[in-house]
Amino acid sequence: MTSLRIFAIGGLISYRALFYWLTFWIFVPSLVVAPVFQILLFAYIGRSAELQSDEFYVVGNAIQYAAIPALFAMSQLVAGEKFQNTLGAILVSPAPRLPLFFGRAVPVVANSVFVAAFALTAGSLILGIDIPLTSIPALALVIVVAAVSCTGLGLINAALGLRIRENAVLSNAIFGFLLIFTGANIPLSELPDWMRAVSEVIPFTHSIQAARELADGAALGSVIDLVGAELLLAGAYSSAGYLLLRFLEGQGRRHATLERS
Amino acid sequence: MKALRLLAVGWYYQFKMISRSPFEGIGQVLYPLFFATVAFFIFRASESPRTLLYAALGSAVMGMWSATSTTAGNAMQRERWHGTLESLVATPPHFGLVLLPITLAMATIGIYCLVATLALGRFVFGIDLTVEHPLVFALAIVAAVTSFGALGFLFAVSFVRFRAAWALGNLFEYPVWLIGGFLVPLVLLPEWVRPISWVLAPTWGMSAIREAALGGSPLPDLLLCLALGGVYVGLGLAMLERVLGAARKRGALSLS
Repeated sequence: MTSLRIFAIGGLISYRALFYWLTFWIFVPSLVVAPVFQILLFAYIGRSAELQSDEFYVVGNAIQYAAIPALFAMSQLVAGEKFQNTLGAILVSPAPRLPLFFGRAVPVVANSVFVAAFALTAGSLILGIDIPLTSIPALALVIVVAAVSCTGLGLINAALGLRIRENAVLSNAIFGFLLIFTGANIPLSELPDWMRAVSEVIPFTHSIQAARELADGAALGSVIDLVGAELLLAGAYSSAGYLLLRFLEGQGRRHATLERS
Repeated sequence: MKALRLLAVGWYYQFKMISRSPFEGIGQVLYPLFFATVAFFIFRASESPRTLLYAALGSAVMGMWSATSTTAGNAMQRERWHGTLESLVATPPHFGLVLLPITLAMATIGIYCLVATLALGRFVFGIDLTVEHPLVFALAIVAAVTSFGALGFLFAVSFVRFRAAWALGNLFEYPVWLIGGFLVPLVLLPEWVRPISWVLAPTWGMSAIREAALGGSPLPDLLLCLALGGVYVGLGLAMLERVLGAARKRGALSLS
């Protein structure tokens, strides 16, 4: 019962705490307007290069942009607490770590889902993309899976915040890495073999592929393997993130470096 | 003469400081490289007549703009956080002479982005970086940096009433990349967008750099870029008077 309370209430309070700085004036430009302009930028680059359809860029970038809330909000799990001098108080508490960390991930997933769904809707309306109504429930599922998967990567990012000072630079670098490797804008067939191999084991690649097929009218059953692969990655990244957090927490205690900023 | 000295010393001091900042220095150089890489892959895969050199120049100027837009909006706010805003405003020289070198220094970081992007294009993607008019090319870069800094100055003054000025600065990153014609020819954009592009100095800076590199007539673009930069500084100074006057009257200069 205590674990459930820590998971639900701890997560909710932690997320609400984000809004002491993630105000309306930051949320709207960064998470509502920017993804739409990223979509427009790449759709027009695509038109200029005569490479892919608008739909390719709308779907790819809408899902890929979910990385911004997933990476940055998760990094606040450590960096935000460190900044407010509350990290020590949290880590000294006997609270079980699993609900403590994963409770904080749930609102981040919800936020990422909202960002991707809004960007997909706005991008489709602006560029006149027709997505079959029957595909929308399956698309929603794919977006949720993509958000969970990237939040797992965000957990690793958060853990690294126990070691490095510039979490914002790292988050931006991971975002850029996902922009190149996931096939959001570059057809995977155009990537060199080694990059294609990397794209297979990072968040978003499979969900973007699945979402594109669904937007073309495919049934959920035909992309279930892609959704399954993304779910496997979500599990792997979340586990790796959790283990890394525990490891670096232990290291931080041993070397008295938890509050290093 | 004193004003020029203040501008030069301020620029040098701020440039050294920003260069050593992991976010404003290293981060601002690194981040646009990801977008440049995507652009290189897209143009390399396409059958478009636009060359990889076209993409390389566009991506390089994208980086220059990023270095300004994401930081300049927050330039005055940053002094506020540091607790130095009141002292700077109270100094005898005009506050514009203190603020302008800050945004110019931010824009100068863009030269790192330009070099890094062109190096990426040359050494990773094998792009032939032959520049037709090297001297005018260099002048066009200086003009672009100056006008970007001037636009940054206008942003810094305009956004000072917003606590989240950095987010507003960020907001202008993608739109200017798009409507400045960096990687997308303006003719592809809807007609109503074009007049907006024309009043943006980055549009003309990009055009001057591209004309100088590919062999065209860059001088009109270069002059327009500089002229617009001058207009931005004029507007910024006029707005600064009002902002500082209002802040003094309300005692709200240090509020954050």
